[in-house]
Amino acid sequence: MATTPERIKPKVNVVDMSWDPITRIVGNLGIYTKIDFDKQEVLTCKSTSSIFRGYSVFMKGKDPRDAGFITSRICGICGDNHTTCSNYAQQMAYGVKPPPLADWIVNLGEAAEYIFDHTLFQDNLVFVDFCEQMVRETNPDLLAKAETTPAPRADQHGYATIADIMRAFNPFEGAIYKEALVLSRLAREMFCLMEGRHVHPSTLYPGGVGTVATPQLFTDYLVRLLRCLDFIKQGVALNDDIFDFFYEALPGYEEVGRRRILLGCWGAFNNPEHVDYQYRNMSSWGNEMFVTPGIIVDGKLITTDLVDINLGIRILLGSSYYSDWEQEEMFVTHDPLGNPVDRRHPWNQTTLPRPQKRDLEGGNYSWVMSPRWYDKRTDEHLALDTGGGALARLWVTALAGKVDTPYVKSTGSSVLINLPKTATTPESTLEWKIPQWSNALERDRARMYFIAYAAAMALYFVEQGLREVRAGHTKTFEDFDVPDDAIGCGFHEAVRGLLSHHMVIRDGKIANYHPYPPTPWNGSPTDSYGTPGPYEDAVAGTPIFEQNGPDDFKGIDIMRTVRSFDPCLPCGVHMYLGKGKTLQTQHSPMFGAQTG
Amino acid sequence: MSDVDAMMPAIDEIHILWISEGMSCDGDSISVTAAAQPSIEDVVLGLIPGLPKVHLHNKVLSPKVGGEDFLAPFRAAARGELDAPFVLVVEGSIPNEQINGDGYWTSFGNDDAGDPKPLNDWLDELAPKAWGVVAAGTCATFGGIHAMAGNPTGCMGLADYLGWDFRSAGGLPIVNIPGCPVQPDNFMETLTWLLYQAAGLAPVIPLDDQLRPTWLFGKTVHEGCDRAGYYEQGDFAKDYNSPKCQVKIGCWGPVVNCNVTKRGWMGGIGGCPNVGGICIGCTMPGFPDKFMPFMDAPPGGSVSSAMLGGVYGPMIRLLRGITNKTVNKEPKWRHNRAELTSGYDPRWGN
Repeated sequence: MATTPERIKPKVNVVDMSWDPITRIVGNLGIYTKIDFDKQEVLTCKSTSSIFRGYSVFMKGKDPRDAGFITSRICGICGDNHTTCSNYAQQMAYGVKPPPLADWIVNLGEAAEYIFDHTLFQDNLVFVDFCEQMVRETNPDLLAKAETTPAPRADQHGYATIADIMRAFNPFEGAIYKEALVLSRLAREMFCLMEGRHVHPSTLYPGGVGTVATPQLFTDYLVRLLRCLDFIKQGVALNDDIFDFFYEALPGYEEVGRRRILLGCWGAFNNPEHVDYQYRNMSSWGNEMFVTPGIIVDGKLITTDLVDINLGIRILLGSSYYSDWEQEEMFVTHDPLGNPVDRRHPWNQTTLPRPQKRDLEGGNYSWVMSPRWYDKRTDEHLALDTGGGALARLWVTALAGKVDTPYVKSTGSSVLINLPKTATTPESTLEWKIPQWSNALERDRARMYFIAYAAAMALYFVEQGLREVRAGHTKTFEDFDVPDDAIGCGFHEAVRGLLSHHMVIRDGKIANYHPYPPTPWNGSPTDSYGTPGPYEDAVAGTPIFEQNGPDDFKGIDIMRTVRSFDPCLPCGVHMYLGKGKTLQTQHSPMFGAQTG
Repeated sequence: MSDVDAMMPAIDEIHILWISEGMSCDGDSISVTAAAQPSIEDVVLGLIPGLPKVHLHNKVLSPKVGGEDFLAPFRAAARGELDAPFVLVVEGSIPNEQINGDGYWTSFGNDDAGDPKPLNDWLDELAPKAWGVVAAGTCATFGGIHAMAGNPTGCMGLADYLGWDFRSAGGLPIVNIPGCPVQPDNFMETLTWLLYQAAGLAPVIPLDDQLRPTWLFGKTVHEGCDRAGYYEQGDFAKDYNSPKCQVKIGCWGPVVNCNVTKRGWMGGIGGCPNVGGICIGCTMPGFPDKFMPFMDAPPGGSVSSAMLGGVYGPMIRLLRGITNKTVNKEPKWRHNRAELTSGYDPRWGN
């Protein structure tokens, strides 16, 4: 080819590739791409969800106290994050502050959820993409190199080579795969101690918890937590070895799934010594959370104020199966501080489903709407992502420099995590440092560090909870009345990222309710301004390192990109590997100029 | 013994085709990863003596990257070309696709034309060919949360869709394992029974009139609850601070068929009223509508608790029996007719 002197016929090998449904995620997600196999790059990507369930529709007219029980059912892996967030919103609306012990118990339940959920997703779902079987099928040369590359942290985790680690990730057979399932159960037992049942909790109420808070509760939790720590400390070392190896062995891998640094985190773990759940004080108590809320644009932390965050939320259409609500009623024109609230804010949204045929070529193609954050400095509607949750939480917390506990401390540029000595590992301080890129590998790496973060915070919460119980402060619930008219909002971190619930109560019933979990942010389709959703723009432009051609293409680099966001589409998205239908094989000056 | 003898020939290899594309949260798939009695890996790795060799095809746990690679066994089964019998597991409620014109509520992969292939089409093709059909979780069994009054999708349970008298290729009715989500060990234990049955080592699974395994759903929450002693003494929790019986603050345990108070949630830990969480009836055909608002005292609860001083056992059992019958019925808007009767007023103009 390169030696053909006459009439260059640049044969452009652009192929339509899609994966629908995508496996090893929760919910329906389809990814439709066009890939240039000459340039080894993804040209375009569309992300679609093929399921509609209609929570915001059928919750209207229901008793507001039912909201936490109902919204848990949005998500089958982190339902409790919804219940918690709903209860925060309700507590604002009802003007009730739970006893401190209740907040410590909720924090302990949520910490166990992060430990369980990140572990199951990382080791049993994501790592199948990095396991020996998959690497053998997609990059045999890389596997050969892994066989002869010693693992730099072998002394910490016990695996001699990188390939040994990869084998330990093999599904159902590998040692880490199996240990992770067992650990995920142990962490869920911790969860059930605090919140009753997984995945839809039984003991959480607006106003507090029904959990029976005796010393035994904390003993049973603590012994299980301590049993998780060896696995967690070794896990961080294993993860670092794998991701560092990819950067080294596949130069340029940092471009896989890379996108502009636009991260949002809505904060987690309220501090009962500060939080009163009142909107007017939200800027202040939001900054006392043990994971700091905030928004990062191009690496700069532009706010940590939950009121700013709240007022900037916009729900856009553009490629979704809904009618617009421009002509519908406004529910909240001003927030409790007197700030104007936009018509496209969740408080004012009316969901009008309009089922229709899917049109991936310039029409509507998803049941997911497009949440964006309005940056008034630049008049932009930013397509924030969550970095799969952990990346945004660590990055915001690191930059904000606010969290300071004996177990977790933010330094302004990193997060320090202290874990005590346990059966087979010494006391250790782990440090997560702000990475150079927002890309697939860093999203995955952050997840493991956040497991350690959550475990360390859980140690702190056990101490605080026990302190309350020993002091005789055993009340866990505060009664309240449901007002006839009220509004509320809750901000929390679902495992895979930012979560908000917005509620309007009229005549004692739900007049409007809109949960915005992470996946509509990450998995949203192209919006009315033409801005693609984060999956779409992270996949578009991703280089292809896979050694297979179009005929036996797995799309592993694309899959690693999408899964790095921890897609969870019950919250809101649908990949289909068509048998590599050739879209266009054509003479195109534009493409031709770029092909050798 | 004679039951076993009467069964079909033993199966030594079987596929589990699991579709979670009903209207669900995938919480039943996740719940199953919590099971330890037995665990899913025990079954997949052949560590339980006597079970057929199992090939699991579940989206959340699949080693495949997705797309056609993952769909291949589903497509083969739909064509009747799968190399061994299969159990079809359905998760999520079944939408009414007769009310939404050219659109669709939920799909699983694409059809030949490249359009989303609705779940309902898959069910029409797969269910009659399946050796057994299992509905996992309350959405699939009875409609569940998405089938609430005012819902836009007209969704329903699997038996409402396929018919309550449906029989699989193996001659079995649908097996319903309700729970929101399904209690992990309840699911795995039922699946294991079916696998033993397939292997010719167990008789036909015993089911009640709601198609639930009788040994799991034959008792009420209250009958297994360690707070029932407080009930007997007429000593009730007045709010959620109390470790006493919760029937006056929203617990429906006396009339709900579920074993969670006996079994706990996992490893014997957790549960509902036994650990401070009111029973909201999440295993029941009448869930959620007949139990809302959840945090108010159930009407039957106050009547029967008021009678504690005098007329005792038989009268209470009678009253509870009546309520139990009511909540064991789905609301009437869950059906597969070409109309939406949930109370929602659609504006999509069909």
